[in-house]
Amino acid sequence: MFTSVDDVSARLAETGYLASPAVATTVFLADRLGKPLLVEGPAGVGKTELAKAVAEVAGARLVRLQCYEGVDESRALYEWNHAKQLLRISAGRDETWDEARTDIFSEEFLLTRPLLTAIRGDDPKVLLIDETDKADVEVEGLLLEVLSDFQVTVPELGTITATRRPFVVLTSNASRELSEALRRRCLFLHIGFPDEELERRIVRLKVPGLDEALARSVVRVVGALRAMDLRKVPSVAETVDWAHTLLALGAVSLDETVVQATLGVLLKHQDDVLKASAKLDLDAL
Amino acid sequence: MTTSAGVAERLTSLVGALRAHGMRIGTGESVDAARAVEELGFADRELLREGLAATLLHGPGQRQVFDPVFDLYFPRGVGGPEQRAAGREDLRDRLADALTADDQAMLGRLAIEAVDGFGSYGSSPESDGWSSYQTLERLRPQTLLARVRDSVRGQGGSTGFADRLLEDEIRRRIDTFRAMVAAEARRRVAERRGRDEIARRAVAPTADRVDFLFAGQDRLAELRRTVQPLARKLATRLAARRRRASRGSIDLRRTLRGSLSTGGVPMKPVLRRRRPMRPELVLLCDVSGSVSGFSDFTMLLVQALHDQFSKVRVFAFVNRIDEVTGLLERGRADPEGLSSRIQVEAAVTGYHGSSDYGMALGEFAERYADAVGSRTTVFVLGDARTNRSDPNLPAVRQIAERARRVHWLNPEQRSRWGTGDSVAPAYAELVEMHECRNARQLSALVARLLPV
Repeated sequence: MFTSVDDVSARLAETGYLASPAVATTVFLADRLGKPLLVEGPAGVGKTELAKAVAEVAGARLVRLQCYEGVDESRALYEWNHAKQLLRISAGRDETWDEARTDIFSEEFLLTRPLLTAIRGDDPKVLLIDETDKADVEVEGLLLEVLSDFQVTVPELGTITATRRPFVVLTSNASRELSEALRRRCLFLHIGFPDEELERRIVRLKVPGLDEALARSVVRVVGALRAMDLRKVPSVAETVDWAHTLLALGAVSLDETVVQATLGVLLKHQDDVLKASAKLDLDAL
Repeated sequence: MTTSAGVAERLTSLVGALRAHGMRIGTGESVDAARAVEELGFADRELLREGLAATLLHGPGQRQVFDPVFDLYFPRGVGGPEQRAAGREDLRDRLADALTADDQAMLGRLAIEAVDGFGSYGSSPESDGWSSYQTLERLRPQTLLARVRDSVRGQGGSTGFADRLLEDEIRRRIDTFRAMVAAEARRRVAERRGRDEIARRAVAPTADRVDFLFAGQDRLAELRRTVQPLARKLATRLAARRRRASRGSIDLRRTLRGSLSTGGVPMKPVLRRRRPMRPELVLLCDVSGSVSGFSDFTMLLVQALHDQFSKVRVFAFVNRIDEVTGLLERGRADPEGLSSRIQVEAAVTGYHGSSDYGMALGEFAERYADAVGSRTTVFVLGDARTNRSDPNLPAVRQIAERARRVHWLNPEQRSRWGTGDSVAPAYAELVEMHECRNARQLSALVARLLPV
């Protein structure tokens, strides 16, 4: 898919995803080694976006499995279309039992869910397993078979093996510890907050109207907030939101009043707002 | 380094060093790492670093061990810099310029020069080496702060609101430089002493393996940040254990009752349902200076696990004992200030400030006897160093008799129990005592000892 790490960065950048060297290297390796990619990191740094960008670059279909508590085999893998099966049985009244039985467990009555969809077919696909940590432990067992051998076993049909391996991205916010077995099957990538220069480029890309000097100040203030001990430090998504807000307000530069008025865009807890205001001397006036 | 045999050897010793730091890395990962090296080549060292990290590591906490170890096994270069360092003032001038411009590459080169110029000590081959401490002591980069700030302002690089952030930013740049110097000194030492040894000894361990008793302020703060993830991990483990334990034996009476509708054939076995019983927990924490880091951390961990228990009560003592459950609940937002708040708001000291286990445990047995019952598990946290006062064994025996179980977690190395004023062996005869020196041991113990 990619020829070099630089090729990864360049082509991801074309889709509007600016990747750090760590991200580009890991994506390159995941493609070359044919291994799934486990992406961890705080919310809002672009874990899901990465999968979307890779899909766009590769011209691949994005198959997404959104995990939640209680997601199970029938939501993740496949399900039999019971209604259609019943119709089929009542439609063919005068056939023998053997004919009916073999019939209703055929492909026609199979509802494929994300994991099976990603494995079947020859078109290129990116499989995004989003927020893996939200799923129950049992689902991880299911993922193990899919991720190590790229195959799914349907008892009535046999084992379905991928003819073309999808590019797999798993994301996690680490709200639950993923099993060692799952981690072993993946390349691991931690996306942290970008460095100042990269974040400035991201802001400039996402908020084109913002002028360079203001973008620089925005990133510096966010950097200062991240260095504070807050309950929830602002993420890249919040930086971009803030830049949009400032642009909408028509602010040309940062000063106490503007920052004070818009701090809520960056910080989501009242005690964080108070702490930050004190540290930035916002109420010194 | 370019021959494949050399690479394989270097990779395996890198993996060996990481394993020595407690990382579980299998052969599969090593093979992946070798394939990554093949794909990426040696042209760009930072890409190689990221590639190896992606294939070998399994979690973000491991990165801070991986980076210095990688620096040792895949060094940036060999030996000292091309030209000898110039004088101290000249180096400081150039350092100030690099800090002003925030030029990372230049800072890296200056770190190399600085260690080469000011870091070497000793003259005999056995005792000589390179010291980052000595380098930084002579260079004193922190004193450049005002100068760098003024020159940034002079260039108009920072105006308006963002100007108030400038000092902190420069401080962070200086910290980066200090880390670079430390890495460089480690590399030079490793060249002389062999990198395997340096990788094992001189690389700081991951947060969960830091000794509670010797952790500095910043490591303790880092430890506190690991409380939440650790608690979540333990909670899932405990919940799973509870779920498994609740699948009990067959309830014969209800199975037979159910079989009436199928003519006496027991089609569906009915399992005995256990009454859900959540254990009660009592924590007795020594919060005297010597062990406060340990107690602090443990208290926070238990507090984070609170919904796993029907009741948690926490008592703190130095030589008097007082309940701090309320303090802990209110102070969840500010874990840093916990120990100082306990010292101020709770009555934990009497006439003097040194710990006295006998007195405190005796007072607990007397005043809070009702806190301990047949469903209570008691954890005592402390080093059992009672400053030569009476250990008051009857009080401990009394607590042990009332409670379901008593576990004593001791942050000291087992071999030091009983030395000096430690009465650990005497207590260990009455209650189970466990060595608990770091977060890793603590989480293993908590997972094992906590009642289902």
